[in-house]
Amino acid sequence: MSNLYKKDFPIFNKEAGGKPLIYLDNAATTQKPEAVLKVMEDYYRQYNANPYRGLYEISSKATEKYEEARKVTADFIHAKASDEIVFTRNATESLNLIAYSYGRSILNEGDEVLIPISEHHSNLLPWQQLIKEKKGVLNYLYLDEKGHLKEEEIEEKITERTRIVALAYVSNVLGNIYPVKKIIEKAHRVGAAVVLDCAQSIPHFPLDVQELDIDFAVFSGHKMLGPMGIGVLYGKKDLLDKMPPFLTGGEMIDFVSEQEATFAPLPQKFEAGTPNVAGAIGLMEAVSYIKQVGYRQINSIEEELTAYALTRLKELPYVTIYGEDHLTKDRTGVISFNVEGVHPHDTASLLDADGVCIRAGHHCAQPLMRYMGEAATCRISFYFYNTKEDIDVFITSLKKVRGWLGLGN
Amino acid sequence: MGIEQIYSEILKEHANSMHNKHHLTHATQTHKGINPSCGDEIELEVFVEDCIVKDASFTGSGCAISQASASMMIDLIKGKTVEEAKLLTRTFTGMIKNEIRDEEELEILEDAVALKDISHMPARVKCAVLGWHTLEDTI
Repeated sequence: MSNLYKKDFPIFNKEAGGKPLIYLDNAATTQKPEAVLKVMEDYYRQYNANPYRGLYEISSKATEKYEEARKVTADFIHAKASDEIVFTRNATESLNLIAYSYGRSILNEGDEVLIPISEHHSNLLPWQQLIKEKKGVLNYLYLDEKGHLKEEEIEEKITERTRIVALAYVSNVLGNIYPVKKIIEKAHRVGAAVVLDCAQSIPHFPLDVQELDIDFAVFSGHKMLGPMGIGVLYGKKDLLDKMPPFLTGGEMIDFVSEQEATFAPLPQKFEAGTPNVAGAIGLMEAVSYIKQVGYRQINSIEEELTAYALTRLKELPYVTIYGEDHLTKDRTGVISFNVEGVHPHDTASLLDADGVCIRAGHHCAQPLMRYMGEAATCRISFYFYNTKEDIDVFITSLKKVRGWLGLGN
Repeated sequence: MGIEQIYSEILKEHANSMHNKHHLTHATQTHKGINPSCGDEIELEVFVEDCIVKDASFTGSGCAISQASASMMIDLIKGKTVEEAKLLTRTFTGMIKNEIRDEEELEILEDAVALKDISHMPARVKCAVLGWHTLEDTI
């Protein structure tokens, strides 16, 4: 299976310690195409300036490009308007902004926030800490043995007391796609707002915030070919308008006196300090690259890779796969597994010796690990530049792991 | 030394790690150590009398590196004074952090010197020092 795209990614053109780089940790971060690197370098080399303030040409150009990135991002997720897009550092910061601005202003004692047990710590800790402050209740939606959200959990746990439901579109540990549409409908019937973490979904399938009627959505640039340090918060305009600022400082004000201040309108109200202009420009180029490849093509490559990897893993009797062990329409190319008798960290270290990069650990989802009865797992995750050959190298290396630790095959 | 060689060294020790993996009936101090990057937990038990570590053991789960390292540590500290155990702890963590490179200074670590190359593997440093950090908090 030759791959049309790998050549666009400079990191794959050089070899890691004499071995080709087999990168299977795309759920952690994706590699960057040449085009993204180039636009960021162009910004720093040709028109680096602080946006909004400088009364000179390169500052105007920096402002223009930064705002163009906002428009491109808004169109990409089908937002009604550019000012519904707030640039942050990453999905984590976006989630904290929602919790501490929106959550803090609407939650009262006894109110409930509901999240799945599988949430990444970034969509768990802001709510857990806020709930303590507000003397509220943090409730969990539990999963079945394949990692799917149970229907009855959704029916029973979204109640009149629920004010916010926050969840990932796709689990970063098991790759399951959650029934987001159903959850949003149910939540809206009881008057709760829904926060959707799209960090693991937007690299792989489209997001249409209007069709979903989602209240808030967040994602990170670096998991979708963009640079680190740029994240996105989408919010419905009427909600964002009513929310107090999260961070305060430069760029986000209207008027400041000794004891009082008024704040800038959206989206500047939420963007205190000098923004990450190069990051936004890089993200804009990443969006353009993804559009050129097309979600249909991304999906078809990833489905083939996922099905192939699952088949090869199932041939190894000492490998346990968590969640669905075959290709289904509601899973992405994230596979968690363990090698019998071998700690995931040892597996990852030994694969690294063959140039194979995988993730091992609790994947920032300790409550899920405890629920699954595991301390940690290994995880591989694909993107469209991966190939079947990558999986072959991974499997060959994986077969040696037990041998190195003195265990039989 | 490459990772595969480190593992074969550790493997020799790993087979030995089981003799230190149990509870003590007469522990004077017990302490839990957690590796936040993977969630691994070990519990260290020591029996100290007259400022001498007369016995020690550990329980819990972890990767080959953390388990072998904890076991080697117990072999080393048994029969030593608390002060000597503290010096061993400083020397081992110094070696793993690549702050102590002098071979003579490292000699007191005996077999545990096999873990020296972990200092070039930042991702595994926390595994190698889990037992030792727990010891530091225990004595």
